Amino acid sequence: MTTEFSQDFFQLFGLSRRFALDSQQLEQSWRAAAAAVHPDRYASSPDAEKRMALMQATHVNEAYQTLKSPLRRGRYLLSLQGVDTQEETNTSMPLDFLMAQMEWRESIEEARDSSDVDALEALSSRLRSDKRALEAELGNALDSTADLDAAAVMVRKLRFLEKLDQEIGDAIETLLG
Amino acid sequence: MALLQIAEPGLSAAPHQHRLAVGIDLGTTNSLVATVRSGATTVLADEFGRSLLPSVVRYQDGGQVTVGYDAQREQNHDPHNTITSVKRFMGRGLSDIKDAGSLPYRFVDAPGMVQLHTVAGVKSPVEVSADILRTLAQRAAATLGGELTGAVITVPAYFDDAQRQATKDAARLAGLTVLRLLNEPTAAAIAYGLDNGAEGTYVVYDLGGGTFDISILKLTRGVFEVLSTSGDSALGGDDFDHRVYCWILEQADLHGLSAQDTRLLLTRAREAKEALTEHSDTRITAILSDGNAVDLTLDQDTFRQITKTLVDKTLLPVRKALRDADISAGDVKGVVMVGGATRMPHIQKAVADFFGQPPLTNLDPDKVVALGAAIQANVLAGNKGEDEWLLLDVIPLSLGIETMGGLTEKIIPRNSTIPVARAQEFTTFKDGQTAMSIHVLQGERELVADCRSLAQFVLRGIPPMVAGAARIRITFQVDADGLLAVSAREMTSGVEASIEVKPSYGLSDDAISQMLSDSLAHVQDDIEARKLREAIVDADSLRDATLAALRIDGDLLTAEETSAIQLVLQQLEQAIASQTTLQVNQATHRLNKATEDFAARRMDRNIQRALKGQKISEL
Repeated sequence: MTTEFSQDFFQLFGLSRRFALDSQQLEQSWRAAAAAVHPDRYASSPDAEKRMALMQATHVNEAYQTLKSPLRRGRYLLSLQGVDTQEETNTSMPLDFLMAQMEWRESIEEARDSSDVDALEALSSRLRSDKRALEAELGNALDSTADLDAAAVMVRKLRFLEKLDQEIGDAIETLLG
Repeated sequence: MALLQIAEPGLSAAPHQHRLAVGIDLGTTNSLVATVRSGATTVLADEFGRSLLPSVVRYQDGGQVTVGYDAQREQNHDPHNTITSVKRFMGRGLSDIKDAGSLPYRFVDAPGMVQLHTVAGVKSPVEVSADILRTLAQRAAATLGGELTGAVITVPAYFDDAQRQATKDAARLAGLTVLRLLNEPTAAAIAYGLDNGAEGTYVVYDLGGGTFDISILKLTRGVFEVLSTSGDSALGGDDFDHRVYCWILEQADLHGLSAQDTRLLLTRAREAKEALTEHSDTRITAILSDGNAVDLTLDQDTFRQITKTLVDKTLLPVRKALRDADISAGDVKGVVMVGGATRMPHIQKAVADFFGQPPLTNLDPDKVVALGAAIQANVLAGNKGEDEWLLLDVIPLSLGIETMGGLTEKIIPRNSTIPVARAQEFTTFKDGQTAMSIHVLQGERELVADCRSLAQFVLRGIPPMVAGAARIRITFQVDADGLLAVSAREMTSGVEASIEVKPSYGLSDDAISQMLSDSLAHVQDDIEARKLREAIVDADSLRDATLAALRIDGDLLTAEETSAIQLVLQQLEQAIASQTTLQVNQATHRLNKATEDFAARRMDRNIQRALKGQKISEL
């Protein structure tokens, strides 16, 4: 319908289509775009413009959220190249990864059962550093070696790690009150 | 139009007169109205010079309604009909109100929202709140000498969709045009940030009469970005009063009090709490209806002890908000204190200890929210301020739907920047299934039973197919007020089934109109005259906006398109001249339709200009 909606999210913010990005530039571009279309700017405008502003602002926020998160950015880059990451359907993962997952789960359960918030916090920060390492690998697979199959596996792995992090967060919140 | 004036400095829109817009802090204990006048933001006082309006409404036999100090004075001897802290009941069912038993009201367990039985009939919290808002609107109209264009109403950041919807309904019922629902801590941040030129990460700790909010904001060059928000929509100064009240009962060994005595002791408890802000101890005296006297002394230490769990309770949401924002207490540049309850010395100390710095208390915690709302209202009404600033707020609680086994699937996570939309696809479970039930929920918990049910609707007209073949796409859209709209449609077939739902607590437009015409303050003729006036105001502003748009971005249209719009503009003029509500509304609608495409093109140009400006500034 409009040029903005047919552009991909990278084009929208004037970024090159790759995994590695300057997060400050992304944030600045988002702020500038969000400022231009925010519904507050159109509060006294005709209804048509109000509706349009709501759609555009939603779109700009969606684009930002997608590019900001490494997992979502990776998934999005793959989808632009026609690769479905099959996160819901493809559950076959390397054995060592699955073993590591089980160990994580046990550690989280143990810390939760002994109401040890500090242990959970420590697990969370360890997990986050694992995530960062995997994100760097994903960037390499997408930007340098262009190994899309490997990248899809990494996206699925990242999804697992993200779920673990959420579990830790939920456990901490439950313990805090 | 403000934006276009920036884009093309030589071609400013037609100067319009200053529009009267107000910010309203609809508080649990007190409410305020503020506005921007000749560049200065001020709270508007009543004829006795009082800024605060106690959020107390008294209903009398014969339909007389008293609001504010006069109602507050009567609350001890007319507790059933004098409603205080009604905000706690907004968008809430009877089962949500934990201390209903110790409150002096006759609750009616109505579906959706609890109601209150008074001598003037059953009142919903929406109606009671509307009476407070109406009083403030009248004060503003009288002080400012004109009709209000609109109002920004503040709500606790942690209010869920039902509570927000109820607040918006109350404003509509009071005859106000709601420019925006604004989160209270965000309003405070605007007032504080603009006043102090603050930059960096700030925390707003907002403990009001009945609600607690914590918001973490990043302030950068005029952008107020909320990073995360958390809170407890049933924790506030009232709970401190209640602890003191329970302490009185225990110390004086009182049981089975009448509604009058309960209200009297709650009032004494509040006075004691306030006295302890300045003094190390305070005396509590009261004569009960049976002639017995209460005479006790409460000191700071005891007060601190009996309310310690409440203070600790506020620190949990603080931790959650920090986690969600992914920052630590040490990253925070300043903590802004909002809400009368933050005057309590032990609250200030707890916050200082937690953040390792004394909180910022250099603004009036009672007024800062209303002031921020007024600043926002001024901008939204189209009165451009000197500074350009922008607010990016978030949704406080996750939104999701019920899936198999009574579990919730989150669709929009909490702390997403609004406006936000997310679509999710679902499929049928049985062969030939033609309908699907959708249950919309808000909250963080896994079980449906632990989340708040917002709406339940059935999507019909799905073409019969084998199980799993239909693709039903459900879209959640949260607008800039934080309000949700859900739509659903079937994707595979040519047949399209779609539905728009409103949260179950929301009142329909018809219900609002009905309540409006039922209200004694409006005679039928007034309503008609008012409708015409409103229609013409809308038509005028649409015409002005369209003319300005044509002047500035007319090059985006072909000659044919321009003349088509001009034709509809002429029709609008004729409709206005006819002084017929229906004709004016129809013409306005046609002009809105005719300019839709134009609006889209202008919006694109705006984004491109914004991003271009961005790149130039980087060089």
